[in-house]
Amino acid sequence: MTSVSEAHRGARRVELGHTPPLRLAFGTAHSGLRHSASGASRSSAVAPMEESRAPVGSPREPEGRSRPRNKYSVLLPTYNERENLPLIVWLLVKSFSESGFNYEIIIIDDGSPDGTRDVAEQLEKIYGSDKILLRPREKKLGLGTAYIHGMKHATGNYIIIMDADLSHHPKFIPEFIRKQREGNFDIVSGTRYKGNGGVYGWDLKRKIISRGANFITQILLRPGASDLTGSFRLYKKEVLQKLIERCVSRGYVFQMEMIVRARQLNYTVGEVPISFVDRVYGESKLGGNEIVSFLKGLLTLFATT
Amino acid sequence: MTKLAQWLWALALLGSAWAALTVGALGLELPSPCREVLWPLPAYLLVAAGCYALGTVGYRVATFHDCEDAARELQSQIQEARADLGRRGLRF
Repeated sequence: MTSVSEAHRGARRVELGHTPPLRLAFGTAHSGLRHSASGASRSSAVAPMEESRAPVGSPREPEGRSRPRNKYSVLLPTYNERENLPLIVWLLVKSFSESGFNYEIIIIDDGSPDGTRDVAEQLEKIYGSDKILLRPREKKLGLGTAYIHGMKHATGNYIIIMDADLSHHPKFIPEFIRKQREGNFDIVSGTRYKGNGGVYGWDLKRKIISRGANFITQILLRPGASDLTGSFRLYKKEVLQKLIERCVSRGYVFQMEMIVRARQLNYTVGEVPISFVDRVYGESKLGGNEIVSFLKGLLTLFATT
Repeated sequence: MTKLAQWLWALALLGSAWAALTVGALGLELPSPCREVLWPLPAYLLVAAGCYALGTVGYRVATFHDCEDAARELQSQIQEARADLGRRGLRF
């Protein structure tokens, strides 16, 4: 189960009221869904490390035209992340520069009242608008629509989704990328439950709830992935687009549904153990409401997939 | 087939097999000890499943990895990041 702050964020991001339970009102976002114009705006800059990072098995064009490099677009939906945003961007830039992969960071701010947008603009000035893309929205909308919105502007062929609250550490991204290349996986998911994955800052009660929920999920859904509610993942862009079209839940049930649907469509899922550091800033509580909505989402997936 | 449908099928299959054997509808003359075990079998299995669940979750909670190092590393990187960003002109 994800951190509570994340669950809260997921719950906050979705507008209640007119949306019936467990159905995301994609509405106009769906009808407006198009493949982003990635071909037109692919970066033409050739970094010195391109030679050493050749994707295994793709031959060079004999005419000397270099094959298109892989580009990784990181989608960062934010809401009130003024404190954390500079830090997460700094860590992302550090991680990508050290590993040499081509990247861009797309910040999707939902009209945060705390000045997140200002900070984002400063970061854009510092790191350049080819690396930091600001694509804000007027108000809090769903996480799924944030991804769709972000993908429209993404010029990469891989999409990385993660939390902006420092619970996910960008140092794992190169591992995701390596894992993806290893098996040509359609999705690589960070897992807290396998290998040397783990968490920091959870008390016993939280751990019990998390493991218990995961156990029930494994029994009922048999998903083939150990961490279903995690949201630190690498997707091939077309895979993410297809999955979002098909998903109807919201919050962290949405993350579960993505994996379940991926299995339905026979996509391959690889896993990388990650460490999840909770409560860097502020308190988080897991309320009864969240547990109930999780169970409702789980049973809906059980009955419909 | 949905997961729910799979479960219902499996339960229906096993349930009807158990019922048929218990009631003796298949005309098999099972020895008495067999029938004594067969009759409460679903209850036994339920209890066993419960124990397995508790045991598994308990084990997994006990071995849930605590990432102390990651937390420490993150804290020091936060300091580093704030310093570096301050130098580059970020106003927090």
